[in-house]
Amino acid sequence: MTAVTVNNIIKRYGKKKSVVTALHGISFDVKKGELFGLIGPDGAGKTSLFRVLTTLLLAEEGSATVDGFDVVKDYKEIRKRVGYMPGRFSLYQDLTVKENLDFFATIFNTTVEENYDLIKDIYSQIEPFKDRRAGKLSGGMKQKLALSCALIHRPSVLFLDEPTTGVDAVSRKEFWEMLKRLKAQGITILVSTPYMDEASLCDRVALIQSGHILSIDTPQGIVQQFGKKLLAVKAGQMLPLLQALKEHPAVADAYPFGEYHHAVMKGAGRQELEAYLVKRGFEFELKDAEPDIEDCFMGLMRDGR
Amino acid sequence: MSDKVIIAEKLTKRFGDFTAVDAISFEVNRGEIFGFLGANGAGKTTAMRMLSGLSMPTSGKATVAGFDVYRENEKIKRNIGYMSQKFSLYEDLTVRENIRFYAGIYGKSSSFIREKTGIVLKELHLSGEADKLVKSLPLGWKQKLAFSVAIFHEPRLVFLDEPTGGVDPVTRREFWNLIYEAAASGITVFVTTHYMDEAEYCNRVSIMVDGRIDALDTPGGLKKTFNAVSMDEVFLKLARKAVRTAD
Repeated sequence: MTAVTVNNIIKRYGKKKSVVTALHGISFDVKKGELFGLIGPDGAGKTSLFRVLTTLLLAEEGSATVDGFDVVKDYKEIRKRVGYMPGRFSLYQDLTVKENLDFFATIFNTTVEENYDLIKDIYSQIEPFKDRRAGKLSGGMKQKLALSCALIHRPSVLFLDEPTTGVDAVSRKEFWEMLKRLKAQGITILVSTPYMDEASLCDRVALIQSGHILSIDTPQGIVQQFGKKLLAVKAGQMLPLLQALKEHPAVADAYPFGEYHHAVMKGAGRQELEAYLVKRGFEFELKDAEPDIEDCFMGLMRDGR
Repeated sequence: MSDKVIIAEKLTKRFGDFTAVDAISFEVNRGEIFGFLGANGAGKTTAMRMLSGLSMPTSGKATVAGFDVYRENEKIKRNIGYMSQKFSLYEDLTVRENIRFYAGIYGKSSSFIREKTGIVLKELHLSGEADKLVKSLPLGWKQKLAFSVAIFHEPRLVFLDEPTGGVDPVTRREFWNLIYEAAASGITVFVTTHYMDEAEYCNRVSIMVDGRIDALDTPGGLKKTFNAVSMDEVFLKLARKAVRTAD
């Protein structure tokens, strides 16, 4: 079963002279119950796509369905069935936690009690502060309240636009654990993020850049498509090492990667590279490396240029 | 002048009965890239506000660029640069106007601004875009330009608050190249980030937990101390101990 279909969606902003194309003919499907990640930097088109799918924005061309309904014709049906958590905190700052939750439940003709089981896991963490105004909550608590409000009508598809942006590594991990538990309840989740390392937590991901999808697959599938030999190298002097790697003819690309530099090889050539680095006087450590999503993303960006 | 650009001794900030920053002591050397990490709510922003002369400490001592945070905060502001992901440039001004505006605020002469604008734009490969509105530039270019603007007046120290949030991985690395170049020219870099691979690019890293600095060392030293394979693991081990919920 398919929860979301996207066919050749084109979204443009502006008029005549200053037209910006945010989405250049995007197509993909999301299966029911899937945790689908839209991974890309700011300005890639993630928010535009989410707004088209949640019927808040009309695309110039193409078609899309959510839960079997057309985003243009059946927008009212879709609005009943989706939960949407925008990137910017959009609850009522001067209503309390409890008032916000009640408000959203009422709008969708339901009650907090009816769907409490779905949000219990998340809401119970902020329930001790239920009489505090939403504007006075910490960032982490705001996020939990926003997620509770997006879930209170038991949506079949949940759209989360950059829920972990600006959030520290520990809170990010906790948030993804919450998503896994929601997925276990059968909710289809589309989540966008600029953090490449979060891709591995999704069932499938679309890598998106400048309004184009670079690749769609399982995280493992994307890594397998990398298709080039990757080496990790470190030395006492990292900057000269990077320069030396870039100058070697067998190296397609070299870039810092945490503690090591990654060198993408054109073919084999590990031995030649080692001999070359010895000759250049480096005391180095060199080993084979497994590409991760960030390596793949940079590779796809390189190929696209 | 001393080679210590920041000296903090038991620097503390309380809001009512809440101690946001709890007696932190550390030093940052000239030309160093100093990573300032911590979970949301650990007290990083409050500490940075005190060090940049925007907020009076409750107790403790600190000098920044040789100036006292209590008595000489205006001098501190003049001698530092600041850039964050959120606050950077004026979108409705051109590239050249933004440079002119910020450099003017720091009291730079017209001839200095004119001469240096050309050099900076050339380095950034933005010479052809000098008269375009900043809002028309891609995000990655904006962030690189914002960094160049933040150090245009040649401060001794620049504070970077999550400068690479949301930036694509290639641009993120280009940005770090600019940081290395600034550090090599003698500008001290004080940077916060949520990307743990970027912690590896710093000379030294401190990690704040519940208002205190719980660890401070080179990335290699921290990994050794905490018996971890990556900075990500070091961070998780420390930050999980936090009692405070979040900002």
